[in-house]
This record gives sequence, structure tokens and C-alpha cells, in this order.
Amino acid sequence: MSLSTPAGMSRRHFLSHMATGSAMTLGATQFLSHLQANAAEVKRNQKACILVWLGGGAPTIDMWDLKPGSKNGGEFKPISTAGDLQISEHLPNIAKEMDSLSVVRAMSTREADHNRGSYFMHTAYVPNPTVVHPTFGSVVSYELGAKRKELEIPSFVSIGGGGMSPGFLGMSHAPFVVDARGNIQNANMSSVDPARLGNRLEMLATIENGFIGSNRGDIGQAHKDVYSKAVNLMTSDQMEAFKVDQEDAAMKQAYGGHQFGNMMLMARRLVEKGVPFVEVRFPGGWDLHNDVFNTLKNQRLPMLDTGIAGLVRDLKARGMLEDTAIICMGEFGRTPRINANVGRDHWAASWSVMVGGAGLNGGVAVGETNQDGDRIVSESYLPGDLWATVSHALRIPLDTVHTSKRGRPMKLANGGQPIKDLIG
Amino acid sequence: MQRARFGLFAALLTVSVSAFWHANTVVAQTKFTTGSSDPLIEYVNERIRLGWEDNEVDPSPAADDAEWIRRVYLDLVGHIPPADKVEEFLSDKDAGKRSKLIDQLIDDPDYVRNFTEIWTNVLIGRNTPDRTSRAGLRKFLRESFARNRPWNEVVYDMVAAEGHFEENGAVNFILGQLQGNINSEEYHVEATARLTRIFLGMQVQCTQCHNHPFNEWKQDQFWGFNSFLRQTRRIDHDKYDPKTGQNEDDYSELAFTDFSGPVYFELRNGLVQVAIPNYLGTEIDPGGETNRRQELGRLMCHDDPEHTVAKAYVNRMWGHFMGYGFTRPIDDMGPHNPPSHPELLDRLTDEFVKSGYDTKQLARWICNTEAYNLTSQFNRNNEIDAPSAGEVPLFSHMYVKTMQAEQLYDSLLVATAAHRSGAGSFDKAEEQRERWLRDFLRIFGGNEEDEPTLFSGSIPQALLMMNGPLVDKATSGEPGSYLNAVLSDSRLRNDPARVRSLFVSALGRNPTPSELTRLKKMMANSPTPLAAYQDLYWALLNSNEFIVNH
Repeated sequence: MSLSTPAGMSRRHFLSHMATGSAMTLGATQFLSHLQANAAEVKRNQKACILVWLGGGAPTIDMWDLKPGSKNGGEFKPISTAGDLQISEHLPNIAKEMDSLSVVRAMSTREADHNRGSYFMHTAYVPNPTVVHPTFGSVVSYELGAKRKELEIPSFVSIGGGGMSPGFLGMSHAPFVVDARGNIQNANMSSVDPARLGNRLEMLATIENGFIGSNRGDIGQAHKDVYSKAVNLMTSDQMEAFKVDQEDAAMKQAYGGHQFGNMMLMARRLVEKGVPFVEVRFPGGWDLHNDVFNTLKNQRLPMLDTGIAGLVRDLKARGMLEDTAIICMGEFGRTPRINANVGRDHWAASWSVMVGGAGLNGGVAVGETNQDGDRIVSESYLPGDLWATVSHALRIPLDTVHTSKRGRPMKLANGGQPIKDLIG
Repeated sequence: MQRARFGLFAALLTVSVSAFWHANTVVAQTKFTTGSSDPLIEYVNERIRLGWEDNEVDPSPAADDAEWIRRVYLDLVGHIPPADKVEEFLSDKDAGKRSKLIDQLIDDPDYVRNFTEIWTNVLIGRNTPDRTSRAGLRKFLRESFARNRPWNEVVYDMVAAEGHFEENGAVNFILGQLQGNINSEEYHVEATARLTRIFLGMQVQCTQCHNHPFNEWKQDQFWGFNSFLRQTRRIDHDKYDPKTGQNEDDYSELAFTDFSGPVYFELRNGLVQVAIPNYLGTEIDPGGETNRRQELGRLMCHDDPEHTVAKAYVNRMWGHFMGYGFTRPIDDMGPHNPPSHPELLDRLTDEFVKSGYDTKQLARWICNTEAYNLTSQFNRNNEIDAPSAGEVPLFSHMYVKTMQAEQLYDSLLVATAAHRSGAGSFDKAEEQRERWLRDFLRIFGGNEEDEPTLFSGSIPQALLMMNGPLVDKATSGEPGSYLNAVLSDSRLRNDPARVRSLFVSALGRNPTPSELTRLKKMMANSPTPLAAYQDLYWALLNSNEFIVNH
């Protein structure tokens, strides 16, 4: 089955082949027992989070917390927005939607190394040699995904990404990685037709059942369950969500008409099907040690601007913004000081994250940095506070505790507290 | 809860409750032997049997040869046995054939490759830390295992190493843990925690911030270890690339840096305390003349009366072969977590030290024990021996392990010769092998610290096996592949013989009569005779039985 061709195998198509082709024996029936010709109705108004990840660490001083008049200010000017704050002149479309979005300007996150910072921002924990903490998408998948029985596609999708681990929550909550065009690796069964796949699955069931019956513990059945899920996925109608090409040109244009826009559009389609967490990896790095202003204004910011603004507008139009949290960040900010190569280096002491949707207050700037942007002059926040805020918005109880494989209790979002100015 | 129960059972084990022992169940069986006459093996068997008796379980019978040869190949050389080796072993009438095969595999080049992979993953993980040389570490380990160097010397090298990360590969273990800001007090924390956990089987990292809740370990213990590492830093060298006009990564080294005196740490109540280098109660001179890592290496590897390094290695290796160690987790040993078989662990540790930390000898001992040779099937009287349900392991049957990514990958190549299928030249075949391996490690390479018995299957893994290029190529039947070899073998002209060959190759066993009957019916539904074999082989390679080590 090729996902990009309309002649692909749908659930109905697959089952009809199974029924009319080879005689369907007990093995395959068991294997495919929970397949139904029609997927259950997708429920509306389900909570979800879309994380836009700016890998490399974005210069938030040039985006969300400008410092005109300072030696660190750089080339860009602030502009007014629909909210009660100013942002960069190169984010004019987002500016119009800022009544729905807020900026936390007082992030202090101490990790200025790419790997450690990325781990900290994704998990709310600093790396620890004895435990791998789950990336927050896995936490949301664990808390919300398991309750959505009608969901046949994975409950944590990473578009264009990878690298982060489900940690002690286990591989069933790992990010399901697709490329920017929605292609899923190895979902293509082009070499065999449905009837033949059915026959193969019958043979597989015969061998697997023999092992399961041999009284060696639970592994045999666990393996079979994963295969059922994989077959279910391969034939699910919900796989349509990955096919952004089904959208018309006008819709794609509303998201900017570029790669990042298409990724954001895919995120919306996935959330619509009930996927509770989507991570979108911005296509293009933000580790701008050189030539920061030209790169931002000519390449990164126009894409980010139209992609995020398109998403916010579309979610609003569909009545989904009230249930969908959006968070946009990288592993750290960048130095207020501009270096000799007209770049900015790694900086974790005072930087900004954009967050909104799912009932969080919009149009607010939370916290404050000094005139030169190199020090926080208000209360400061940790990644755990951000994820606690998102958890609050997604109605995940803040007193949730997960247990690591070694039996250690781990507080949700590392015990962070929702940021008061964003809730209530 | 789990830990408490573990401790209780461990306590029970040490008390002989022979009054409740059913003499007719255990003693009536003939004594198992692989053919080895080493007296230590008899001692191990006795201690393990005592645990069965005390807990009133009956051991499962010995695994049949087919089950066992697949297991011993996977554990010693990291892949399933080739079909011809299985056939040869099954027809061998020598009563000592298991013991002989163990010796043979321990001297196989793949033994070196296997343990190099295992230890590289343990030491630095599957994702190589920034500016750390995986190749350098591998080379160091490969040479160590190939020459069967004493484990204490190998550990000493890694603890005390300095220098260029490719010229002295031993530096990469500590180098990989030194990331971030050298002036931060966190700089040596990961190295401290990993070094103590992996080489000493001690989890002191909790005492970085507070006294241990369950034992006498105090906060200063962590900082006592930590201060041994304070003379250590990484130096990253860059080089100018005239093509890009930018500086790029060159090499890194682990270097000595001046440090003397105590380290300071904060108690929870805010008081500041000092710690000087302290190895399990032995302090060293904190002056500037002392080379602290050399001292640590000496204390750990040569002068420790408790042989902690040996004990940690024995426990980890027992876990490697048996699925569970004597403690759980294997690298958390200490007064708060008593071992399930304390006398046995102590004796094996002593013998391992006496052997000169001979890692091959330890593997040989374990593989020749009765417990290692039992089937993985439960029987009616050992169902409580289920460590996956939190019970203490009694080793009354083998525990089913999940294949590691590298084992699965290499096993697929053994079973299919997929990389040679239609590839043409050797180089092309190798290139293909590397490409598939990267895919495999990305999708199957889970957490290297998981217990080997943990199954953590995912949808991408199932998709890779069902539809991925490797299995596709393996079942294509192209010249060079195993499937092609079976179908063109003039000795295998009828269907049952061919089906049997495919079973032996993938699962290391013959099909049961009922499997044969049912599969034959299904094969008749395949569009062509070739397709029938392709479909069968696809099913065998995708099965639960293929992907586990039982």
C-alpha cells in the first residue's frame, strides 16, 4: 500500500479481499479480530497539544522580547499586536493572533548544551545517569492516549523529528515519527496484495499461537498484540490524517504554502482525529552563531510567522483552539550579546517561550527581563512550570505521579506549578 | 512493595526449611551435566537446588538441544546458530557436546564482537555522547576481550585513562560523561554516578543530594567518590576548515587538571560540608601530589578486600545469561537490597578473582550450570518462579529474554543471508548491511539499561519487520539468499523437507506435525509455489518465537 496513491488499501478494501480471497481461517480472524469496517466516530472537543520545536535554540530576544535601544537589541523593531505585548516586526501575522497567544519572558533553564537543554525542555528533568525521563509528548500519550479507544493511529506523533525517548513509560508511548510529507517508514506493503498479506498473517498466527501456548510467560502474547496494532494502523481510515495533499491549495496557502505550513496543517489534521500530542520539528536550524539577522528575517521568521498564524486561525475557525494548546520553543535562547560574526551564542539564563490555546490566557507577557535582556527581573520559570501549565490546560491532574522502572516516584512535570498569569 | 518482597524471599532463601522439602520431587531426577567436570559447577547447582527446595518448586526439565543451542549462540556470540550448525549439533551423539560447544563459542571471533557491542552500549549508551569516540572505545574493548584481559585491568584502564580519544580508547567511558561547563559542580556528577553504578554495582547518586533512605550510605559517600574525579577534564580540539572558513570538531582528550584539597557540598539543611577522596572507607591524601584517578583505580581493582568490582561483574554477567541477576536491578547492590543467593554470589566472586578476573572462564562456568540448561517452559510446580511479576528469581526454568537490536539484526542476516541477496560484490553487501543496521538501531535500539527480559515492542518495529527492506530482501528468493539455497538444494526436493529447513534456519527447531498440516493448507493459498515459501519464511521471521531468546 502506498499512502500517497488514492488506490491504497483501506480497511474496507482489505477486509473484502480477505473475505473473498483465500478462505479466512481461524488464525487470521483472531489476528484481526478487532478490525471493524468503519472506524468509530471521532469524538469532538478532545484536548491536545501541538509543540513547535525550534531545534538549535532560537534567538527569542529577536522574536518575543525585543530590546530596542540596548546594545544587545539587534536590527529588529518591535511592533504592536492584538494582545497586550509587542513582538518582532518580522512576525506580523502572528501579531494579529496575539490575543490568543502569550509569551513567557522569564525562562531560566540553566542547560546551555544542545543535548542537555533539549532533554530538559522536553522532559522537565535534567539528565540523570540512572533514569531516562519521558519526553512530555509521551507523558500526554500515556495520560490521554490510552483513554481514546477510537484512536487507531499512535497518540504521539512527531512530524519531521525523532530523538526523544519515552523513557520509563515504554515504547508504546514513543514518538511515532513521520517525515514532513507524512510518509511513514515501512507502512508500504506494495510487494504483496491484501489476499496474500492475509495468508501471511494466518501463517504468522499459527506459529505465534504455538509459542504463546508453550507456557513461557507473557512475551509471546505481547508481541502478537503489537503486530495487531501495526496491522490495524496499516489499514486504518484514520491514516488519511497524514495526507496533507488532500487539502486544497487555498488551505495550504493559509498556512503559508511552505513545508513548515504543511507540517502544521498535518498537525491540525491529526489533532482533529483525536491525537493528543503532536510535535512539529521546524524544518531549518536555529543555532545561529553567524549572521543571525539576515537568516531570521529572510528565512526562519517568515515561515514560522505564516505557519503558526495559519494554525491559530484555522483552529479558531474550527472551534478547536479552545481545546488545543500550542507551545513554541527550542532547547534554550541565545545570548543577548551579539558576537563578532553577527551571531548569537547559547543562552539559558533569560529567554522566552510562546504558549497559548486550550483555554490559557492570551495576549499576555509573563515575566520580564532587564533592559539588556541578560537578566530576569521578575519571578523566573522552569520547563516544569510550562508543562504544568500545559497539563492544567489539558486537564491532566497535577498530582499525577509516574513510577520509574526502578520504583522511584516521578512527579508530573517535575513538580512544576502552572504559571498563574496564564490560567484562570 | 516489590523491593520489600524481594528482600523477604531473599531472607527465606538463606534459611534452610528442609522440613518442608519433598524428597521425592527433586532428588529422584538424575543429575544434569553438560559434560563439564569443573567442581565449581556442582557447587553452583547445589546452591540453586537449595533455593528450589526451600521454596518448594520443582525445576523444569533440561531444554532440548534445539532450544539450548539457539540460546547459547545468542548469549555467547550474539546471533542465532546457522542451520547447518543446528543440524550438526542435533545429530551429535556425544554426551559432552554442550560443554564442547560452549568452549568452541567462547573462542569464536563473534564472542569478542558480541561482548564489545554489549559493553559499548553499557558504558556509553547506544546514542554516542557528543565528542566521544565510539570507534575508539570499541577498539579498546575489542582488544581487551580478544586477549581475554583480566577484568580488573580493563576497569583500571578506564578509570585511570588519559589522552586522545582514538589513541587511547579507554578514555571514552569517562569522556562521554563530561559534558557542559567544567566550572559547574555538576561537571563530574554523571561520571561519578555511572562509574560507581557500572563498575561497583552501587547506586550512590541518590546520596548526591540526601542521605540514603534505606541504608547507612551518607551524602558524603557520593562526594567522596566525586572528589576522585576532580582532577579530570575534557579538552576539545577544533581545526580550521579552509573550505567552509569555520572551525570544526577535531579530536577530544581526557586530561589531568590540577586540583587538591576537599570538595564542598551542601546538606539539605543548608550546612556546607567537606569530602575528601574516599573509597568505601579508605581515604587518600588529598594533596596536589596525588593522582586521584590512579589511586581510585588501584583501590577498586587491586586493593579492595571486598572485591566489589568482581562482584558487580559477576552479578551483571549472571543477569546477561540468566535474564535476572542476583539483585534487581543488577547494578544496585548494597545492604538495602540483599542478593537472592548470597553464598553463591560470594563464591562465584571469589572464584572469579582467583581465576585472575578471567571473563571467559566466568562465562564458561555459568553456561555449564544446570540452571542455564533448563527449558524456558514453566511446569505446574514452578509458576511462582516469575520474576516479571515481582517474585525473587529461583532459576528453576530459563527466563525468556528479548533479543537486543544488534542480536536481532545479526540473527536475521544469519537466517537469510539477505545482505548477499542480489547484492553482487562483497563491498556492496557490506554497504547494505551498514545501512540496514542504522535503521535497526534507530527503531529497535531501546533503553540499554532495561532488563533483558523486558519486551518493549512498538508499531514501528513491527512495521520494519513486516514491510522493511531487510525482510523483503530476505524473502525475495534471489540468488545468494538462504531461501534460494533451500529451494535449489537437490537434497530438499519435497515440501516437508523444505519447510523443515526453513523452520530450522529461523527457529532452530523442526515444525510440529500439527504446524506442518496447518501451514501446508495455507501454503496452498499462495499464488505460486515460490510465493508459498516466501510467505512461510516471512511468517517465521516475523514470529514471536524468532524475536525472543528462550
